[in-house]
Amino acid sequence: MNLTGPYFGEFGGRYIPEALIAALDDLSDGWEKLKIDPAFKEELAELNRTYTGRPSIITEVPRFSQHCGGARVILKREDLNHTGSHKINNVLGQALLTRSLGKTRVIAETGAGQHGVATATAAALLGLECTIYMGAADIRRQALNVARMRLLGAEVVSVNQGSNTLKDAINEAFREWVATVDTTNYIFGTAAGPHPFPALVRDLQRIIGDEAREQVLALTGSLPDWVLACVGGGSNAIGMFTAFLDDEDVRLVGLEAGGEGIESGRHAAPISVGDVGILHGAKTYLLQDEDGQTLESHSISAGLDYPGVGPEHAHLSAIGRVEYRPVTDAEAMEAFALLSRTEGIIPAIESAHALAGAMKIGTANPDATILVNLSGRGDKDVETAAAWFGLDGSATREVF
Amino acid sequence: MGAAEKIDAAKAKGGAAFIAYLPAGYPDVQASADAAIAVVESGADIIELGFPYSDPGMDGSLIQAATHEALSKGFKMKDLFGIVEQVAATGAAVEVMTYINPIFRYGFDAFARDFKNAGGAGLITPDLIPDEADPWIEAADRYDLDKIFLVAPSSRPERLKLVADSCRGFVYAASTMGVTGARSSVDNRARELVADTRAHGAERVCVGLGVSTGEQAAEIAEYADGVIVGSALIEALRDDPSLARLRALASDIAAGAHGEG
Ligand SMILES: Cc1ncc(COP(=O)(O)O)c(C=O)c1O
Repeated sequence: MNLTGPYFGEFGGRYIPEALIAALDDLSDGWEKLKIDPAFKEELAELNRTYTGRPSIITEVPRFSQHCGGARVILKREDLNHTGSHKINNVLGQALLTRSLGKTRVIAETGAGQHGVATATAAALLGLECTIYMGAADIRRQALNVARMRLLGAEVVSVNQGSNTLKDAINEAFREWVATVDTTNYIFGTAAGPHPFPALVRDLQRIIGDEAREQVLALTGSLPDWVLACVGGGSNAIGMFTAFLDDEDVRLVGLEAGGEGIESGRHAAPISVGDVGILHGAKTYLLQDEDGQTLESHSISAGLDYPGVGPEHAHLSAIGRVEYRPVTDAEAMEAFALLSRTEGIIPAIESAHALAGAMKIGTANPDATILVNLSGRGDKDVETAAAWFGLDGSATREVF
Repeated sequence: MGAAEKIDAAKAKGGAAFIAYLPAGYPDVQASADAAIAVVESGADIIELGFPYSDPGMDGSLIQAATHEALSKGFKMKDLFGIVEQVAATGAAVEVMTYINPIFRYGFDAFARDFKNAGGAGLITPDLIPDEADPWIEAADRYDLDKIFLVAPSSRPERLKLVADSCRGFVYAASTMGVTGARSSVDNRARELVADTRAHGAERVCVGLGVSTGEQAAEIAEYADGVIVGSALIEALRDDPSLARLRALASDIAAGAHGEG
């Protein structure tokens, strides 16, 4: 029985209604048992191999690295996973956990739609009922993923509250969970929220860094100098960073959404400029006003558009182990276009934030080896990118 | 005055206390104070003022809409203290129901000091469990304030004991697994939950979530120490700014809770 959840330094905890404590205890206890169960480990490993397509490869990108000061740039290709992002790693584990808890239905929140798609996919695979909460604004900007979720058999609920984005979808999912907790598990999409979610999601995502560390060693004979990942709630980043935390010479950098620029106030960079507060069950860095009201975040990328961040990242920043830097919408879109044109890889706009970080860090450190987590592919973002670059769907040239 | 005295006084008269929830700042700052005073005049013993918050994880749509309106009209923490002062002047115990981040942000000690100075009785904290509450408990004890935590139908025995041991004023029993909102019947689990919470050491247990009529209030008063009503009152306030409907409903619920129905 785990009454007080693990903290990451002063961050984390369970700031959540008492009604959910029993369910969170069940999740903690269930996960502690399951994660050491050989049958579970084999089942998850099998799904990773035969369903997700793990291990994901690493790809060196020499033409892109010319835009990174010539630094050696290596991508961890989570974009090649089934469903298109790292989210599936977490969801398959939590879906198996749901089944082992004897629950028959899952709910989830989603911003960009990737976590919703992954959850709907796992639900279809395991025969679970599935409902996805999504902000009305995100439903509009990620219509393709909404259609995917519905094709997979999930119910998609549009949330018209607050800023109509991810934060509000999380509120609604927690509200629903209270009323349905007997039959329903909440599959949380990122390394944030109340204990045990930050640790549970990290445990399931650390496969990214564990694989990448070995792969880079095999390719280059040494560890990378820098490891970069974008940070929304923080799941792909913590998955990558966990494998390198003890490697003192490896510099870890999380790239937050700088939106229209930190000074504009329109961004989603709570570690770079937020204050300590409590949101969605955890003490962490947040965008908030002087009364503790959550401020609306902004990012061109729906998956990074969140005013808080996972508590382990807050801690890693506070102790100085990981640096967090903002990247603007414009910088991310430049990197998005460059990777597409130089390497034939269209990244998720989220991941493009990490690529923009590589362009800056590489330019300042041309001799470095930089490992970047390419957390997802850009299929879902084609419409956003087309609008950004003014591509209206017409051909480049016409012939008669 | 704290909640315990109010509850004991209502019980001495053979009933249970009537605890009325209204959002601070709705429909505007002064109107919310006026509404709370009208409800006290109609028989409420304890006023529970909801502090409007951007991410009200436990509130149903009616309360969310009301608190959202208060925020969009510019409601601030400093407005709260003025309302508390006016309502406390009626002699009612004034508890503030608040998600914890605004209090964390203000500083637990500074909040306890300013709230006490305004005449406030204590806090009801829906997203703060005793496990995480040390800084609040210390501040509340220093300023002699009520600390009201919740139990739920899902609470296991060791948690009922932890909450019962941590509360001052009363234990708030959430009668159903769900968010706030008027319901046509109050879950049977409420009765069991009150008995279980008492068995784990709670002296006073009040029941909320879903109560909307004098009849329901009378039913709950048979087994609980207080009856908490929110959404139904807000509906009456929303639909009739003259406060006549609010007064009528509050009188009906007060009669039910007080055993005068
Ligand atoms: C491809 C991709 N990368 C990153 C994120 C951000 O989430 P996290 O910070 O949890 O990795 C998302 C979220 O939707 C995503 O779809």
